[in-house]
Amino acid sequence: MREIQASSITDKVREMCISANVVLPGDVSARIKACHDSEPWPGAKDTLAKLIENMNIAREDSVPICQDTGLTWVGVELGQDAHVVGGGLYDAINEGVRRGYVEGYLRKSVVADPLRRKNTGDNTPAVISVEIVPGDKLAITVGPKGAGSENMSRIAMFPPSKGEKGVKEFVVESVAIAGPNPCPPIVVGVGIGGTFDKVALLAKKAVMRPVDVRSGDPYYAAMEAELLDRVNALGIGPQGFGGKTTALAVNIETWPTHIACLPVAVNINCHVARHVTAVL
Amino acid sequence: MSVKNVTAPITRDVARSLRAGDAVLLSGYIYTARDAAHARLIELDAKGGAMPFEIKDSVIYYVGPTPAKPGHVIGSAGPTTSYRMDAYAPRLIELGMTGMIGKGKRSQEVVDSMKKYGAVYFGAIGGAAALIAKRITACEPVCYEDLGAEAINRLTVKDFPVTVVIDSLGNNLYETGVKEYLAGL
Ligand code: SF4
Repeated sequence: MREIQASSITDKVREMCISANVVLPGDVSARIKACHDSEPWPGAKDTLAKLIENMNIAREDSVPICQDTGLTWVGVELGQDAHVVGGGLYDAINEGVRRGYVEGYLRKSVVADPLRRKNTGDNTPAVISVEIVPGDKLAITVGPKGAGSENMSRIAMFPPSKGEKGVKEFVVESVAIAGPNPCPPIVVGVGIGGTFDKVALLAKKAVMRPVDVRSGDPYYAAMEAELLDRVNALGIGPQGFGGKTTALAVNIETWPTHIACLPVAVNINCHVARHVTAVL
Repeated sequence: MSVKNVTAPITRDVARSLRAGDAVLLSGYIYTARDAAHARLIELDAKGGAMPFEIKDSVIYYVGPTPAKPGHVIGSAGPTTSYRMDAYAPRLIELGMTGMIGKGKRSQEVVDSMKKYGAVYFGAIGGAAALIAKRITACEPVCYEDLGAEAINRLTVKDFPVTVVIDSLGNNLYETGVKEYLAGL
């Protein structure tokens, strides 16, 4: 059994909360630059240039890329031969979030109760998803998730007869309905299969996947490429002012499902597609 | 693309002269307010209270900035999604507000009020919060400081880049911009 100190988890999460909000991941910044270079519509190109300027200012001045520094989504892969000591895993993560958001001058955007809505003051608690995996390592992904794009996400429980065609239409329709609201260009995370709860998590994992990593299944990799083309053919463009670059990527994650089910979830992320992973 | 320089507060006549698609550099004074502050303003108004700042010709920016780092005027300060303020905006337009800055779609009720009274809806670049913060030269609290990031502040802005999304005639760049791009293919 390998021991991992809770305090080292806290330190790591603190650091990742700050870095994720200040520096865009390399895959996302590279894709925005590539889209800027290939964008044919002048107004859209100009908007993409401003996004590049913005990410440069954020990095150089060490300030958040976006003022919505999100609800902190944390994905944990805990090796079954690793043991967290000196405190609880969830407490260690939340303490890291607290310190990161308070000490890093990040916005506190979490209310303690969905209806009574009192701000917790330190951006805790995080939404934490834990999976037990083989090995003795602990992999932590921190993905601060903005509300503008989260609010445009959708879920559907289709009958299997809807098939591939129905799933694709739902994805394209979701992007069309979202229009300018989620700060396009967006990253479209699609979950297909599982159960009602599982499909939402799949979609979340899909938006956290780097935009330059395609599905390992050639069938879904081809669907990702087709959907990206179809979404970009909508013409919504950066900020919804028209243009080619509506989405940076469509990422699909799937799971086996029931003979009577075809769940689909579309989780939308904005161009500030923050995700950072560390292995302890 | 030509850029118009506009000074806030904005008179109704100036608001009426702007057109959807205009690129604007905004300078002058604007006020910050988002969900919670709007709810309080409307509650105050319903009780017959006066607005805590000069609402006539005012421009409200839908923003909840990050905390300012030491030595900075303000933290990152990009727009939030505007539709959450749709329930409150018509009354504020009636009271004299002439400009709103945010991102995303607006309701028909808001557009109708804009047409009736002469107001304009600007889009700031969602997510360009560090860049926008550089164009804010002063930030003074006005009220509701207990709301933290949602408090009302008076911002002094210099060449704040915005685009007219919906004008006082009801023209909407979110519709026309996409159509023009698709027609140009
Ligand atoms: S949707 Fe993304 S870019 Fe837009 S305001 Fe929210 S976090 Fe920022």
